[in-house]
Amino acid sequence: MKVTINQKTFDYDGDPAMPLLWFIRDDLKMTGTKFSCGMALCGACTVHIDGEPTRSCQLPMSAVQGKEVTTIEGLSKDASHPVQEAWREHNVPQCGYCQSGQMMQAAALLSKNADPSDQDIESYMSGNICRCGTYPRIRAAIKTAAGKV
Amino acid sequence: MTDSISTSRRAFLKRTATASGFTLGLTLVPVSRPSAMFADAPSSESLTPSVFVSVHDNGQVDITCHRSEMGQQIRTSIPQVIVEELGADWQHVNVVQATGHPKYGDQNTDGSRSIRRNFDRLREAGATAAYLLRAAAATGWQVDISDCEVNNHHVVHKPSGKKVGFGQLVAVASTLPLPDVKQLKLKARKDWQSIGKPMRSLDIQAMTSGTAVYGQDVILDNMCFAVIQRPPVVFSGVESVNDADVKKMTGVLDVITLAAPEAPAMFKPLGGVAVVANNTWQAWQASRALNVKWSDSPNISYDSKTYREQLLATAMAPGEVVRQQGDFATAKQQAESVIEAQYYAPHLAQAPMEPPAATAIVTEDKAEIWACVQTPQAARQVVAAALNLDPENVTINVTLLGGGFGRKSKPDFVVEAALLAKAMKRPVKVVWRREDDIQHGYFHTVSAQSLTATLNKQNKVTGWLHNSVFPSISSTFNPAANKPSDGELDLGMIDNPFDIQNLQLERGEANAHVRIGWLRSVANVYHAFAIQSFVDEIAHQTGKDQQTLLLDMIGPDRHIDFAKSNAKYGNYGDPQEDYPVDTARLKNVINTVCKKADWSQRHKQGRYLGLAAHRSFLSYAAVIVEVEVDNSGSWSIPKAYVALDAGTVVNPEHVRAQCEGGLIYGISCAIGQITASNGQINESNFHNYQVARMPQTPVSVEVSIIESSAPPGGVGEPPTPPAAPALANALFAATGNRLRELPIPLTVKRIKS
Ligand code: FES
Ligand code: FES
Repeated sequence: MKVTINQKTFDYDGDPAMPLLWFIRDDLKMTGTKFSCGMALCGACTVHIDGEPTRSCQLPMSAVQGKEVTTIEGLSKDASHPVQEAWREHNVPQCGYCQSGQMMQAAALLSKNADPSDQDIESYMSGNICRCGTYPRIRAAIKTAAGKV
Repeated sequence: MTDSISTSRRAFLKRTATASGFTLGLTLVPVSRPSAMFADAPSSESLTPSVFVSVHDNGQVDITCHRSEMGQQIRTSIPQVIVEELGADWQHVNVVQATGHPKYGDQNTDGSRSIRRNFDRLREAGATAAYLLRAAAATGWQVDISDCEVNNHHVVHKPSGKKVGFGQLVAVASTLPLPDVKQLKLKARKDWQSIGKPMRSLDIQAMTSGTAVYGQDVILDNMCFAVIQRPPVVFSGVESVNDADVKKMTGVLDVITLAAPEAPAMFKPLGGVAVVANNTWQAWQASRALNVKWSDSPNISYDSKTYREQLLATAMAPGEVVRQQGDFATAKQQAESVIEAQYYAPHLAQAPMEPPAATAIVTEDKAEIWACVQTPQAARQVVAAALNLDPENVTINVTLLGGGFGRKSKPDFVVEAALLAKAMKRPVKVVWRREDDIQHGYFHTVSAQSLTATLNKQNKVTGWLHNSVFPSISSTFNPAANKPSDGELDLGMIDNPFDIQNLQLERGEANAHVRIGWLRSVANVYHAFAIQSFVDEIAHQTGKDQQTLLLDMIGPDRHIDFAKSNAKYGNYGDPQEDYPVDTARLKNVINTVCKKADWSQRHKQGRYLGLAAHRSFLSYAAVIVEVEVDNSGSWSIPKAYVALDAGTVVNPEHVRAQCEGGLIYGISCAIGQITASNGQINESNFHNYQVARMPQTPVSVEVSIIESSAPPGGVGEPPTPPAAPALANALFAATGNRLRELPIPLTVKRIKS
């Protein structure tokens, strides 16, 4: 089968049940997409599948056949997506481990909703855990990036 | 004149001599400089006067960060301190992460001490390098060193304005004798340009682009992947396993049984069955097919429900007195009224966002490890012991940590990687899954506390009895330890700051049945929860304002004298002359946070606020949490306030971030729980181990950092302990429901309308 990741097409003939996360991390050795819960409970592994934020730890390879996958490495050139810039402006990351997933989720939110309310942000981001507690800064950074995506 | 890159020392000396008027007629004899602070042999291409700083002849400055980065931005604040004295230009500063080695001194990134224990030595390291560069310039110019200053990567001769770049001074500077510490003139606080400035994290570009490398992200050539099924009960071992079947599965390279440890648990791996495969998924899949028969363990009877009853009963019975002043029993007899309450807090898992992971290469006589460890020196020791190697032949490379919170100060997972890499004769990465992390941790202890206050006719608190009961962290290292240790009681109990005439503090016995370990703020979490909730109870029952009562109970400005009540107080290992328990500072954070939150107007404004304050890790923190509770009882936090007095702070921006994050971690501590049945942990992942998500956290946090010239205190932990009691007190204000037991449910029953 073929899968397109960050605009490059790859062949895959392994276990179709293997989650996309492990293809990205172990086979392609792209480690920007993180592993944390493996059960679609935390959002650390979030990628875009045809623009939709998706938990790659629970998405079997069979489901990404012919799809366009975007990871944090492909979100922008030089980490220049408005969300990435806003993340730096607000000094969002602490340990940084959850932030690839947070930024992918936030970028998807802003591509659909240019002016999210506090409530919109909260419900869209509630699947993404940050153990360092950067939530208030994530909220602020999303507001800064709003309208620029 | 600016820095330029030299290709050879001679060309560079020549250029130096001509361009900046250096006289090189002096014979500079290299001297040997043995010292504990001293790194490797000096060379003319770099100046390395301490393990922390190297200045290269191309002008690059390498600053070594010997502490682990886990979100506190220590990799930025350590360089900030050194750069302050060195006068380096950030453009030419490179941060090198230290491997684990005793030459750095303590590297255990734990106890909120990275800055407080290193501030002076880091300044001295920067100043030493600066001194040598200045001395080299002074020698070259034949001027007095006191006229030479470091500034923006140059040494400047003040009277003439001449200047020379750092790189060009390296060859000469590296031949000069190290100055005595007394010769160093550290910069005056008023002249600081780097310390105290809100500098952005040096790692933020990597963290926002997905290129930052954590323990889970390490990739080595020819590496294979291991997932381990560990015994469900601590100290049980493998009796039998269907390893032959599992070995046949796709991608599986080997199935290896690891021996169960004997007590004490220490940092030993738990044993179990490892599946090694070509990728993480194959190892994981195959581990699901394992059918293991586990041997018996003395811990198999552990049931956290019945244990809770036992702990509470012990807390209510008389305990062993650990601090006493006055006569509580008489105070109780003479009291007009008595208030009593028990508080309970369950086990917690640190659950760093990145589960533990380690990658190892082991040869006959060497081991090299890459891991997300808080304590690389302990990792080095335990790996050396497990492989029977000289520690000098064990290298621990420290990756970024995707959170630590105390979990990664226990290097059991590093030993697993080392043992498997040795068995496989190729690099192995051990991947802990979330289930492994939550079920096989070193848990925050479970605790029960009983508090009693006696009051006189004027409702003044005349007596205070506090009995604290919990299995100790010491049990992980000494199976005989069956009561709270002095060190744990020092975390927020012995250092009770109240000015109460009759004070009696006690501890009670409790045995451990799981591995107990540190979690951010440790015993302060439950001690602050009980004490600060109880003060609010007293305020409520006596009709007093909590702020007023709290200030009143703390009493006059003073430094607590523990000798008066026959108590020893460890004070986080630091002298009380430098870091007293200072009631004025505690009251100041309370007043600051109350002012910010408009505490006195809350009733008029119809807002529900909860207040708590606590000294820990030599810093003072006060928190106010504001809650809104809807008709269903579901609560949210529109706003929270933190005031922190941590003495001198290096980077206020990251201190702010720690206040926000520490508070939110404390909210997680208030809503999560780990339970056990038949010795096994019931929770396994984030669906049943609750941690704070965005909806349970403040929309915004207003942080006040108290300006202070006191020596630096801790920052990473102090904002955590007041969070749970502040939340519980706010929920009481909103609902009339007094929450004495953690976890606090996400929907709270209303007692008043
Ligand atoms: S790792 Fe995929 S959602 Fe947590
Ligand atoms: S920044 Fe550490 S988990 Fe989010």
